[in-house]
Amino acid sequence: MTTTLDQTIEQKQHTWLTSITSNQTFWVVIAVILACIFLSFATESFATSKNLYNITRNVTFVAIIALGMTLVIITGGIDLSVGSVLCLCSMVLAVTMNAGYSLEIGILASLGTAIIVGLFNGILIAYLGFPPFVVTLGMLSLARSLAMVASNNTVVFQFGPDHDLLLALGGGAWLFGIANPVLYMIALALLTGFVLRWTRFGRHVFAIGGNEHAATLTGVPVRPIKVAVYVISALSAGIAGIIQTGWLGAVTTNIGAGMELQVIAAAVIGGANLAGGVGTAFGALVGAALIEVIRNSLGLLGINAFWQGTFIGGAIILAVLFDRIRNLRQSQ
Amino acid sequence: MALLELASISKHFGAIQAVNDVSLSLEAGEVTGLMGDNGAGKSTLVKMIAGNFRPSHGAMRLEGTELVMHRPVDARRHGIEIVHQDLALCDNLTAAANVFLGRELRVGVGPFRILDYASMYKRAGQIFAELKSETRPRDLVKQMSGGQRQAVAIARTMLSKAKIVLMDEPTAAISVRQVAEVLNLIRHLRDQGLAVVLISHRMPDVFSVADRVIVMRRGRKVADKKIADSSPEEVTGLITGAIERA
Ligand SMILES: Nc1ncnc2c1ncn2[C@@H]1O[C@H](COP(=O)(O)OP(=O)(O)OP(=O)(O)O)[C@@H](O)[C@H]1O
Ligand SMILES: [Mg+2]
Repeated sequence: MTTTLDQTIEQKQHTWLTSITSNQTFWVVIAVILACIFLSFATESFATSKNLYNITRNVTFVAIIALGMTLVIITGGIDLSVGSVLCLCSMVLAVTMNAGYSLEIGILASLGTAIIVGLFNGILIAYLGFPPFVVTLGMLSLARSLAMVASNNTVVFQFGPDHDLLLALGGGAWLFGIANPVLYMIALALLTGFVLRWTRFGRHVFAIGGNEHAATLTGVPVRPIKVAVYVISALSAGIAGIIQTGWLGAVTTNIGAGMELQVIAAAVIGGANLAGGVGTAFGALVGAALIEVIRNSLGLLGINAFWQGTFIGGAIILAVLFDRIRNLRQSQ
Repeated sequence: MALLELASISKHFGAIQAVNDVSLSLEAGEVTGLMGDNGAGKSTLVKMIAGNFRPSHGAMRLEGTELVMHRPVDARRHGIEIVHQDLALCDNLTAAANVFLGRELRVGVGPFRILDYASMYKRAGQIFAELKSETRPRDLVKQMSGGQRQAVAIARTMLSKAKIVLMDEPTAAISVRQVAEVLNLIRHLRDQGLAVVLISHRMPDVFSVADRVIVMRRGRKVADKKIADSSPEEVTGLITGAIERA
């Protein structure tokens, strides 16, 4: 059979089925679903509404930051400072409200702090050519230390006149009994997914991760976009911090410690490639969900909590293994 | 009046003098072959014309008016298109996304505009058909052959009506059949009144399409003459330095 040039040009490389099954995120979704089905039968307490409420809410803090982190990872960067930035932003919110200011002012101060941190990271990386690893490692130390300075290393649990409002913001369930943090997470995930797929900015984020030099040559504003992704990453940490503060009702200087690793793990399990150029918003949520389900199930199944790291570490390596196998098969 | 004039253009990177005091002019409807040994400064010269580098010294005039460009977008706005030597492609994007990189089509109103995938696929498909290249707009560039990659890079220059097309070794990685297509395309562009600069190491390509040949050696222009008045032997001598100047 002869095909004309036009027919060749019109051809699609994948059917929807092959493109779904060649997708790492798809397999992680399957894993999450299978784990949930298994746990519903194996334990009494998994499929209770209280436990599901807890799981979904616990997922959100990691997931929201993983959305921002995914953008950074797609450009080929990394942000190690998110855990500390979460702490700093929570503390700024807490201290501001504790001093008698309103919730709005507290949130503005908190997000303003996140923007400043993001600009600092981004400008050093994009304009001065610092390696992202180094800059954000420095910020990891710096932001937590500033949080300690801001609070004099005390626990803040009095949030001034808008105290109850803040707790409702983070701890309430305003729609169909779904925890508020989950609603914020879904809204932010939809926004991130939209930006990545449908905007010029999103397209350029992918281009930078695919070939930064080519992006520069073709006139993509590489440096401003890199600054923007670090600002977005810091903002996602700030938003998670505000919500978490409302939910916990107290801020200590060690919240968010080690969180950067969970967040990076969630993004990577969800299919983001640390080499850059690949990642999705949905993947970030799914990766965060898998981590939380693993954590939750170990508790329910009565397995010693010391094993948690082993299972999560195994999940990271297994998720990426799928990707490697697919690549190996393709290159043969 | 010349379409584009370069007056004593120089470019140095630190201590390296990549382009040294080069003056030349490009005429509409003319193909200029730009030849020279590796490192002679050919790519650096065309990158200055395409707005990738700013000249260290000298001035450029487009249709008589001073041309100051800060970014590649400025050059494109003036109708200057380039095919880069390393093609400048993003492997993780589709062919269509690469063709439109930096000037994506969008639909919507005001600030609420989204990428227009359908139009971009369609237009990219048309251009590939025009180039007679079996390149599928929806495929990732990662999996493409050398010729297809080249087609994607060349397709970029055909998006808008250009005045000047700069091609930095567009035939380096492609088959004989596709070389003929690219040379035909160059003739076609010339007949439409564009100025084309073809950088190539392949003497037959230059002698079959170019009207004029410019030879560079170690950053300097050492020859600029009509193809009819030159010969492959002379050009080879000029490239290697066996002939000092012509
Ligand atoms: N961005 C840069 N930074 C520093 N030096 C550069 C840069 N780009 C080019 N050079 C130097 O400028 C000189 C000219 O390089 P150029 O790429 O223009 O040569 P060319 O004639 O295109 O060679 P080729 O035929 O190998 O492509 C070389 O010595 C090169 O090392
Ligand atoms: Mg070159």
